[in-house]
Amino acid sequence: MDSTIALFLVQDGLINGAIYALLAVCFVLLFAVTRIIFIPQGDFVAFAGLTLAALEMGVAPGSALLLVCLGVACALFDLAGLRNWPPAGWLLRRLGAYLALPLVLWLGVRDLAPMDLPVWADICLTLVIVVPMGPFTYRLAFEPMRNASILALLITSVGVHLVMMGLGLLFFGAEGYRSTPIWGGTILLGPMMIQGQSALLMVCTLVILGLLWCFFTRTLAGKALQAAAVSARGAELVGISVETAGRRAFVLAGLIAAIAGILIAPITTLYYDSGFLIGLKGFVAAIVAGFASFPGAVFSAIVLGIIEAFAAFWASAFKEVIVFGLVLPILLWRSLTNPHDEEH
Amino acid sequence: MTVLLSVEDAAVSYGAVEAVRGVALQVASGSVATIIGANGAGKTSLLSALGGLLPMRGRVIYDGHDITRLGTADRVAAGLALVTESRDLFGTMTVEDNLRLGAYTRTRAEAAQGIEEVFGRFPKLKERRTQLAGTLSGGERQMLATGRALMSRPSVLMLDEPSLGLAPLIVRDIFHIITELRNDGIGVLLVEQNARAALQTADHAYVMELGRFVMQGAAAEMMHDQRLVETYLGISGAGN
Ligand SMILES: Nc1ncnc2c1ncn2[C@@H]1O[C@H](COP(=O)(O)OP(=O)(O)OP(=O)(O)O)[C@@H](O)[C@H]1O
Ligand SMILES: [Mg+2]
Repeated sequence: MDSTIALFLVQDGLINGAIYALLAVCFVLLFAVTRIIFIPQGDFVAFAGLTLAALEMGVAPGSALLLVCLGVACALFDLAGLRNWPPAGWLLRRLGAYLALPLVLWLGVRDLAPMDLPVWADICLTLVIVVPMGPFTYRLAFEPMRNASILALLITSVGVHLVMMGLGLLFFGAEGYRSTPIWGGTILLGPMMIQGQSALLMVCTLVILGLLWCFFTRTLAGKALQAAAVSARGAELVGISVETAGRRAFVLAGLIAAIAGILIAPITTLYYDSGFLIGLKGFVAAIVAGFASFPGAVFSAIVLGIIEAFAAFWASAFKEVIVFGLVLPILLWRSLTNPHDEEH
Repeated sequence: MTVLLSVEDAAVSYGAVEAVRGVALQVASGSVATIIGANGAGKTSLLSALGGLLPMRGRVIYDGHDITRLGTADRVAAGLALVTESRDLFGTMTVEDNLRLGAYTRTRAEAAQGIEEVFGRFPKLKERRTQLAGTLSGGERQMLATGRALMSRPSVLMLDEPSLGLAPLIVRDIFHIITELRNDGIGVLLVEQNARAALQTADHAYVMELGRFVMQGAAAEMMHDQRLVETYLGISGAGN
């Protein structure tokens, strides 16, 4: 292996690592705030990529209809859970979010999609379609399970993932798509040639991680989420409802996953089930970081991406085996040095 | 003085165990009501239920509204704050962040004003403003928990054993602050092991045994009740 190949592999690894880092941050965030290990995280990445690809082709994406279905289910859940007549403002807000928003999007997107919109409009549409899926999923699958154990939540989470795969196949079909690069140019960095899209991906990842850091350390809303993660009871006692915190965490996770999907859609061909493997690697990075630290999760994700790139070069057939195989000794080492980890 | 918090027929159970049964109480603005009772009498269970942390039967009326079905966060937003026995601070965050989050339901200006007031009441917290809450001493934690609850500008403040594990001098400070709060018009519901200090501070007192109120009346009169003195002010009260 010469240095050019090594540099190329590092670059490849950084690209994958950046995506894994975004997902790992979502895993850590959702687990900290809601105790949910959210396996379907990766599915949202694929859904966002496929939504963008469909919009580019001038087709109304299936995800818009999927969002309508999820919204209707959420509204039914809300109405079924009512014990007495709620305040009108509450009812309007809920029905607006669960019924009006998805319906308007679905009807709007059927007219907008064939109109050859500029790429930023496609991206915005993708975001408003995919991001609400996060909080909607939370409302449907997890809000009814308040006080459930971590294991019960995990089992539900796996169930939600399986449902998402089914819905993905139903609404997107089995074909794979790749969107056109948002930035098609290339950058020459010494001996390295970097694809514009790859550079964009890495810059965006850095910006998102930076913004997240500011959000959690500088803003009251961010600190409130952090507080809900540190002590759910404490958060309630200062007026932060744990349900609201959970919903916000899911909005954030949906947003990050959707952006990740938009960024990698031009780099890899995405299928309805591609999200799983991508998500799994973010998940592994989160585990290696003990599901506790954002910087740790980002670091592990990037190392994981680089290992994966080299593994693919040396023994491409065993790429996944090597990546997941390497995790076992790390976990063993962690559980030996830090025996109380499981409790947190 | 108007009645701010009124509880009717409250009951709390853990599975088959009934920890609180048929309890009724009232807290008026600018007054201190105290609940005293032996370990395991059900005081913490009652207070947690009033704070919305535990499910309960019965009715809780706050400021004329039935809040029995409201969650904890909504009760706090309405002005009913609770300092729990376990304090539930944000251990990995600074004293200042804990306080700032205490005013989560209030405006930025109210929060800024609240922090100055809390630092005025607890100068010790001002010195420790950048320290992590998890590294505070027991007394400082208690101050921070009370300060954080005050940040939400409650009209009724419920305190679960504010003197727990504190040195006598700090206990005196805490009760002094409770008196100040009452003079500021806040209704205080105080659960205390330290019955003597509680009765000296309170206007009205309830005595709890095995989940029920067995006695109630003006605190000053309770101090002279023979049975009460023997049970609660005997050896444990003599030290203070
Ligand atoms: N989570 C729980 N599950 C089952 N029983 C409980 C639980 N919490 C409290 N109890 C029981 O309910 C009863 C009342 O407990 P509680 O903590 O309310 O008492 P307390 O008056 O606050 O006591 P202390 O003065 O020691 O704080 C006790 O018998 C206790 O064992
Ligand atoms: Mg107690």
